[in-house]
Amino acid sequence: MSLDNATVAKIARLARLKIDEAALAPMAAELNQILEFVEELGAVNTDGVPPLTSVVATQLKMRDDVVTDGGYPEKVLANAPAAEQGFYTVPKVVE
Amino acid sequence: MTIDLTRLTIAGARDALARGEFTAVELTDAALAAAERARPLNSLITETPELARKQAAASDARRAEGRAGKLDGIPLAVKDLYCTEGVLTTAGSHILDNFVPPYESTVTAQLFAEGAVMVGKANLDQFGMGGSNENSHFGPAVNPWRRRGDTTRLVPGGSSGGSAAAVAAGIALGSTATDTGGSIRQPAAFNGVTGLKPTYGRCSRWGIIAFASSLDQAGPIARDVRDCAIMLGAMAGHDPKDSTSVDRPVPDYEAGLEDGIKGLRIGVPREYRVDGMPAEIEKLWADGIAWARDAGAEIVDISLPHTKHALATYYIVAPAEASSNLARYDGVRYGLRVPGNDLNELYENTRAEGFGAEVRRRILIGTYVLSAGYYDAYYLKAQKVRTLLLRDFEQAFGRVDAILAPTTPGAAYGIGEKSNDPVAMYLGDVFTVPLNLAGLPGMSLPAGLSAEGLPLGLQVIGRAFDEGTVLKVGRALEKAAAFTGRPDVWW
Repeated sequence: MSLDNATVAKIARLARLKIDEAALAPMAAELNQILEFVEELGAVNTDGVPPLTSVVATQLKMRDDVVTDGGYPEKVLANAPAAEQGFYTVPKVVE
Repeated sequence: MTIDLTRLTIAGARDALARGEFTAVELTDAALAAAERARPLNSLITETPELARKQAAASDARRAEGRAGKLDGIPLAVKDLYCTEGVLTTAGSHILDNFVPPYESTVTAQLFAEGAVMVGKANLDQFGMGGSNENSHFGPAVNPWRRRGDTTRLVPGGSSGGSAAAVAAGIALGSTATDTGGSIRQPAAFNGVTGLKPTYGRCSRWGIIAFASSLDQAGPIARDVRDCAIMLGAMAGHDPKDSTSVDRPVPDYEAGLEDGIKGLRIGVPREYRVDGMPAEIEKLWADGIAWARDAGAEIVDISLPHTKHALATYYIVAPAEASSNLARYDGVRYGLRVPGNDLNELYENTRAEGFGAEVRRRILIGTYVLSAGYYDAYYLKAQKVRTLLLRDFEQAFGRVDAILAPTTPGAAYGIGEKSNDPVAMYLGDVFTVPLNLAGLPGMSLPAGLSAEGLPLGLQVIGRAFDEGTVLKVGRALEKAAAFTGRPDVWW
């Protein structure tokens, strides 16, 4: 499995990472080097082996489905690059 | 003052504080002065002298009232992946520019509740992704050790390189760190200090910036095994805010330290004898085996047959989880924002500029292995191999009580020597990564010097939630190794 430039551009789009046209080929080469490295797993026999979902056998705790925190919008918004009237602001998304 | 306050162990400082030999303010001032002097090492991204002095004064007041905690007045460095209320937290990345958390991570809150003093936030590879600290947006931390007769600046390892360097350089008596694939144990080995990665679920991950959620675990780096035991006791425990933190009692880790290892069965995994392992690492390992045997342990040859697949498994699972965790950095709620013509462009511009090269690489790999059509071939396959790796350990622990191995395949190297080859860098994790995949505890302790005069670490691996045995074996090896090396102050 080898990634071409178009696939790298598609993944970058999915990951919301801007990547310049000129950077596609070098990035494809780097990613292919890593994929080549992990390719060996294909040879491991995993027939009938379940995927690991938790390393520690434990029962997750349940709690009442109630609000336990909140009520301080100013703290929540304190780190926002842009906020107005208690809301985060972003570029216009509806015409 | 006749004693060097920057070279004490936590246990030594704790006992001396209790006897009134010096105050927390004096101890903290010594640490802060060491931090200032050691700025060329770049081990702290943010120094917090005002906070530290305030905490130290409060500690002395508490002690005067007879209310001192287990770590009262002890100066610590905190890896800058732990959110600290009111103190800049960067994850070593540009994308969290100016982020000041309005909350405290559970682990640091527990340390502060026991009276710990924070001298600063320790440097790291961005989001914990790296093994050399070269992936920090704030420049690499520098290893206080140098090769004999050579002034080349060496990496402190990573990702918790700043945490380990700060302890080795006398800036802090201990540090908090995190370990996703070796990020506590490898820098501990590179800096001649001791680091413990606890069992997955032993410490709360709440408020620690996430890299790979099924692998990340918080733990201490300190000067010796006892200090790791003391710190772990304060860091561990169930937290309702982290559903993966396990609700079981936290033992007194210090209590059993000196019990010895007579009659314990210690496994030596034959698959860890990798091709091209340097002779000095072979020798270090053989020394460790001899020390354990001399202390009365029974040495058992064991097999962990899937070891050779651990790195490939890790470099699928970790990026996959990272790509998901790092989706939250959108330029909207905190950190860096790079404008764009529409919302998608804002996201894409912000993330391209904010994340470093290795982080972008891992996000792309992670996105790819999770994408439609490839999930089964990569991610699901890796999670199946992970089951096999865990079974290897479970079978081995049917026969042995602990496992002994080297921590790294070599000593610290020069800054820039490996940074152009991500895969070569990944190979350095060969002995540390399997534990994270299986969730097991492991500790690295300094056990010897390389031919070039650099510290080398031995690793003790234990059963899940059996940190007590790991510490006990570590303590026995520590006594036998009698490692007293420390870097000459050149900074």
